[in-house]
Amino acid sequence: MSLNSLSLATQIRVHSLRMVTEAKASHIASALSIADIIAVLYASILVTYPKNPAHPERDRFLLSKGHACTAVYAALAEMGFIPLNQLDSYGTNGSCLMNHISHHVPGVEFSAGALGHLLSVSAGKALFAKRHNKIWRTYVLLSDGELNEGSNWEAIMFSAHHNLNNLIAVVDKNNYQSFTTTQDTLSMDPLEEKFASFGWNVYSVDGHSHQELTLALSSAKTSQSRPSVIVANTVKGKGVSFMENMVEWHYKNPSLDQLQSALREVLS
Amino acid sequence: MRTAFINLLIEEAKKNPLLFLLVADLGWSVVESFQETYPNQFINVGVAEQNMVGVGAGLASEGCHVFAYSIGSFPTWRCAEQLRNDIDYHKLSYTTVTVGSGVAYGKLGYSHHAIQDIALMRSLPNTLMLCPCDPLETSACIKYILSNPGPSYLRLHKAGEPVISSSEFITPCDLNYLQSSNSSKIILATGISGQDAWSQKDTTYKDCDIATLPIWSSAHGAKLVITLSNYKAIHVIEDHLIAGGFCSWVFEQFQIHSNCYQGQPPSISCGYFDSSVVGLVGDPDYIKALVKTSH
Repeated sequence: MSLNSLSLATQIRVHSLRMVTEAKASHIASALSIADIIAVLYASILVTYPKNPAHPERDRFLLSKGHACTAVYAALAEMGFIPLNQLDSYGTNGSCLMNHISHHVPGVEFSAGALGHLLSVSAGKALFAKRHNKIWRTYVLLSDGELNEGSNWEAIMFSAHHNLNNLIAVVDKNNYQSFTTTQDTLSMDPLEEKFASFGWNVYSVDGHSHQELTLALSSAKTSQSRPSVIVANTVKGKGVSFMENMVEWHYKNPSLDQLQSALREVLS
Repeated sequence: MRTAFINLLIEEAKKNPLLFLLVADLGWSVVESFQETYPNQFINVGVAEQNMVGVGAGLASEGCHVFAYSIGSFPTWRCAEQLRNDIDYHKLSYTTVTVGSGVAYGKLGYSHHAIQDIALMRSLPNTLMLCPCDPLETSACIKYILSNPGPSYLRLHKAGEPVISSSEFITPCDLNYLQSSNSSKIILATGISGQDAWSQKDTTYKDCDIATLPIWSSAHGAKLVITLSNYKAIHVIEDHLIAGGFCSWVFEQFQIHSNCYQGQPPSISCGYFDSSVVGLVGDPDYIKALVKTSH
């Protein structure tokens, strides 16, 4: 199934807004932040088999910032991994579409919720692929706030040491975490230099430019020896003006009126 | 036990190219033979236990059986959340292997004493406990987990323990009898405590049956309760604090599976480490003499 990444990004935002509103759930700003990254990955980069999600030759994609799961669930539905109407069950009792990414959903590689886990898991997958001469790649999407967790830096060292050139990380650098900015919480800038000094191949892009994301992700595939990271500079809440860079939308859920306003903006 | 572990792992790695050994910069003079023989199935991740579990989860999620080796608290408590979320929840074929159970490394201090590890690992609902008392039980545990892959915890003591058991094939909650004389009282041990029980077979425990329980989990608790309900008295011994330990687990099984026996349950007494063990330093026997408590 071929999808235009721009229209997929719009649908991801629409579905995410509806899901969190209906479920009275949190993390809408985090999902809006990664909508373009997810859209480019699924529409243009990842090798996927929606009718056979466990196909051995698929690329592996792991969402380490598991709280932004609505963006991935929406993409999986648009891609045909799950029925579109299954999104209505998000956050309901007993649904596999829980509020953090779940491996019980077809197409989801690994569950996450606690931060700082899936870069290591992705490194393990990439190591397996290298040692067994597999052609598939492993992609992992992290948040900038998540990089507070020391376990990531263990994995960053490990991936460079083992020359995991088949591992591509994307950091959603929206500069916010749950209380305030990353700068005021635990400064990590300059992030690009940190990754570079750890031996990674680094790209810095506008995380809402599909062209820049596509170019960087495509270039990262050609890395000969080093793992690659794309630092995607994003706006938390992107696409909904009253949510953009407003820290409270990490947790708040929209009212029905706010949903309608948000949908008008996203669809305009 | 650690010699039996590495020797069998080398044997199995030859048959199974998906068997993987990870170490977190520990195992010097133990794991080199594996590393040299199967370098493509070995990684020293460095002093980074959280990453070891995550990398192991990634490998296991692609079909590998991962053995991850270190000392007591390091690959357990240090990375508890990785074990909980990434291994146990996903039901991956990953075996945490520790050496230094109890106070085996008594002189190295509290950081190297493994006296709460069972409490953590047995709280993981999909994780099978493997606590051998000697090299033969170590082999039996590894053979079982390779035939029945899933999350597991292999708790070893050190090296040089004599073989005191005789069964090469053991399944979960099988009692492995070291002494059987149709007694109404049984001494039940797990791990190195089996050696402690064996050493007293002609004295304190002369008139008792003695058995170890090398493989156990709550999923198989009913089987154990049915077997043990034939006794009038059970004395459980372990090299661990009572909170969350093996003794507590046996108590829990009798509560949970009270429908598995008729009449009065056996009386249960316990021998365990009391909390005065915390901070003690010295030879294992010196520490055990000070802190072994029976109730």
